[in-house]
Amino acid sequence: MAAAVTTAPFEKTGAGPLAGLRRHRALGKLLLLAVVAAVLVPLAHAQWSSGSWPHALTVDFSQPLTDASTWILDHRDSHPLFLYFFGHISNAVIVSVRAVYLVLLAAGWAGVTAAAGLVAWRVAGLRLAAVAVAAFLICGVLGMWVPTMQTLALMVVAVLVSVILGALLGLAAGLSDTMHRALRPVLDTMQVLPAYAYLLPVVLIFGMGVPAAVLATVVYAAPPMARLTALGLRSADGGVMEAVASLGATARQRLLTARLPLARKELLLGLNQTIMMALSMAVIASVIGAGGLGDRVYQALASVDVGAALAAGIPIVLLAVVLDRVTGAAGERLGADEHAPAPWKWGVVAAGTVLVALASRFADRLDWPDSWVVGIAAPVNDAVDWMTDHLYSGVPYIGGTADWAAHFTTWILDPLRSGLTWLPWWSVLLIVAALAWLIGTWRTALTAVLAMAAIGVLGVWKPSLDTLSQVLAAVAVTLVLGFAIGIAAARSSRLEGLLRPVLDVFQTLPQFVYLIPVVALFGVGRAPAVAAAVVYALPAVVRITTQGLRQVDPAAMESARSMGATTGQQLRQVQLPLARPALLLAVNQGVVLVLAVVIIGGLVGGGALGYDVIAGLARGELATGLVAGAAIVCLGLMLDRVTQPTERRSTGKGA
Amino acid sequence: MTKQSSPYANAHGAKTVTLSVQSWVGAQANVAVAQYLLEHELGYRVDTVQVDEIPAWDALSQGRVDAILEDWGHPDQEARYVKDKKTIVNGGDLGVTGHIGWFVPTYFAKQHPDVTNWKNLNKYASQLKTAESGGKGQLLDGSPSYVTNDKALVKNLKLNYQVVFSGSEAAQITQIKQFAKQKKPFLTYWYQPQWLFKKVPMTEVKLPPYKDGCDADPDAITCAYPKTPLQKYLNADFSKDGGKAAALLKNFRWTTEDQNEVSLMIAEQKLTPEQAAKKWVDRHRSTWQAWLPK
Repeated sequence: MAAAVTTAPFEKTGAGPLAGLRRHRALGKLLLLAVVAAVLVPLAHAQWSSGSWPHALTVDFSQPLTDASTWILDHRDSHPLFLYFFGHISNAVIVSVRAVYLVLLAAGWAGVTAAAGLVAWRVAGLRLAAVAVAAFLICGVLGMWVPTMQTLALMVVAVLVSVILGALLGLAAGLSDTMHRALRPVLDTMQVLPAYAYLLPVVLIFGMGVPAAVLATVVYAAPPMARLTALGLRSADGGVMEAVASLGATARQRLLTARLPLARKELLLGLNQTIMMALSMAVIASVIGAGGLGDRVYQALASVDVGAALAAGIPIVLLAVVLDRVTGAAGERLGADEHAPAPWKWGVVAAGTVLVALASRFADRLDWPDSWVVGIAAPVNDAVDWMTDHLYSGVPYIGGTADWAAHFTTWILDPLRSGLTWLPWWSVLLIVAALAWLIGTWRTALTAVLAMAAIGVLGVWKPSLDTLSQVLAAVAVTLVLGFAIGIAAARSSRLEGLLRPVLDVFQTLPQFVYLIPVVALFGVGRAPAVAAAVVYALPAVVRITTQGLRQVDPAAMESARSMGATTGQQLRQVQLPLARPALLLAVNQGVVLVLAVVIIGGLVGGGALGYDVIAGLARGELATGLVAGAAIVCLGLMLDRVTQPTERRSTGKGA
Repeated sequence: MTKQSSPYANAHGAKTVTLSVQSWVGAQANVAVAQYLLEHELGYRVDTVQVDEIPAWDALSQGRVDAILEDWGHPDQEARYVKDKKTIVNGGDLGVTGHIGWFVPTYFAKQHPDVTNWKNLNKYASQLKTAESGGKGQLLDGSPSYVTNDKALVKNLKLNYQVVFSGSEAAQITQIKQFAKQKKPFLTYWYQPQWLFKKVPMTEVKLPPYKDGCDADPDAITCAYPKTPLQKYLNADFSKDGGKAAALLKNFRWTTEDQNEVSLMIAEQKLTPEQAAKKWVDRHRSTWQAWLPK
């Protein structure tokens, strides 16, 4: 309610700004906001004089949510909705996953490895074929063959469903403007809502296990496919479309012969993104019984065994890298050799696979031989122990990681948190409005303020500000490190080459793997939560920064050099200003990624919203988990709008 | 849609059992030994799934898992599934008694013997504070799935402490080990039986004694945690039709020492659960021989 009151005037003022204010738009916006505030704040203050969000303006969702979950539990075994609808979905998922799993087992390790190598060779060339074969062999050597196949079976089904669902949604959004507008907030929510928050509802309906895990993965992985399909269809070349229409093609013919083929690159990129997202869910889904590699990582955590967790985490990284490179290379080849289709190559793929599979079957070598397994757990654990022993405290002069963490908590996190919670609620809304409006339009500001107000209405104002303080601190650290590394990498190709595999690993390594090292170095609390977030968000920021700086017009650089600018001057006066859009995008991505790790922060003592979400799942309390999850979505929405890079705004689709 | 097994189960055409594992190592030890015996003595194939406690009850009721081997007492779930729905049956005592309490490291208790009574805790608050506890003493709590009254206890006993939730048992154990390496004092929520006591000896802090019903109102609570004889629970259908596997799981009953022996091998010597179970099984033939169905 308060949100509606404070934000309504934006519409009027934004629509018809005074002529004098146009010259100093930023100043004008702030002035207008100040006027609005001068009127509304005393009113709000008189009505609800409390520092934190007023209790009168909250809505308690816990009763209805608890009732809903009890109803589901009581009716799940008898109600037709479950028997004839969800039950069939559940069975279909189980049957498909099982079918894929049995095929993989029947092919044996040799057959699967051969198939992977041959397919990679066909779509991406010899080099990637070698990479694919090596990756699968390593999974076996690590003793993870069977879990890898379980994860692969689940991934195949989840990706297939995601791609079909995503393509259908994307098709609808690509062909109809109304659908496009209606779907956008839905897709946003699907992506920002922390997976943990909807695990519980999914489990309530489907029960623990593979069906719930597949569906949770689909919710997370379908949006990029939908978005990119819509994008591909919408950006079809106008000239081509007109030509096709003038030839008298029907709408369906136009779609099938022109628009879809033209959108092939986007479709393939969508597939690539969907695979990546699905794989990143592999571990989270294990919390609700997905089995496979994720479950191995999760079980290793219980005995505080980093080595075992890593042994199960590496195959996930390898799968991700292979699938990413192969689909990526396929995308690049699309344009190049489409005029030379080679059906015989697919024949080689099929024949080779069958041959190897049969050979291994007759040799009775279907299972990965136990004697070929190399244990890496012990040396990894020794290394981690050595590291934490020597870095934890008492390093001469610089102190230990525990001391840094303590200082970081006392000097940065504590003041930030108490500052945010000290601010009266209406001033938080004003600050959000001002920031969002300065960087965007009145629409962005409105969305941001409404999102922030929704947090208050949900009744989680204080924990949300606690989380926000952690997010801000983590983003600051990520940006400082990310820009520094990114600038260095942009200057040296060798460094960039060295960094690439490291960044790959950190982007795809399940976050659960580094939970324990993070606690061992920084102790339990908010500091390790921030550290985990930095580890996760850093690769993207480094990549975007490097790329942004590299793409700066070489002519501009050349002229700066010819004018005798030092490298430092080139960087400050040419490169950085020209790369500004990329840097802004890096900020935005940093924020979004950091927020994605809030839940993991809850597992290492970060408290606040992250803890509430995992507590909701662990205790089966739908209300706790869903409300905290919704608050994280709102925070994400607000932060995204406040840091929205200029390019997206200029398309007029900002809010 | 009551019955749904794992698609990975039974892939080689064998008889299968699915056991739920909870996140603590004691639960892993039960499952490891049960799995080893089921596989090597009775020829079953065993799948394990790691699940939190409350969701595990739900999974058990649906037949997604066949048994929980170590339950710490969930009266609500018991009322719903065992009494009302009759989809779960009690599988008998595990033989191990669980107890939750507050603990300080023994090296600290030896220096300051009076710290082991809650009445003196406030004296030590300043020594037990960390960056995270905001000027008060830190009481380290664990995973959100664990039964805890600590927030209410700190408030009602007027203790100058802040409960810091580590969010997962892995994080809590890691932190305790780091404290112990440096011989730093700490106060933590912890429970027995637990293998970590062998690595980091800890002494319990006396809280006002537990009496029946003193924990009825969770907000007004001022007493210690009870001692809980840990229970096994089986899916009702599995209990009836599970044959030798169900019989073995019902007979399964061992001691705290047995469980700790296996737990320690898993958590400290980093043996795989299977290797640890094999070692225990080789050493304790007479104990498990009695569990085998006739």
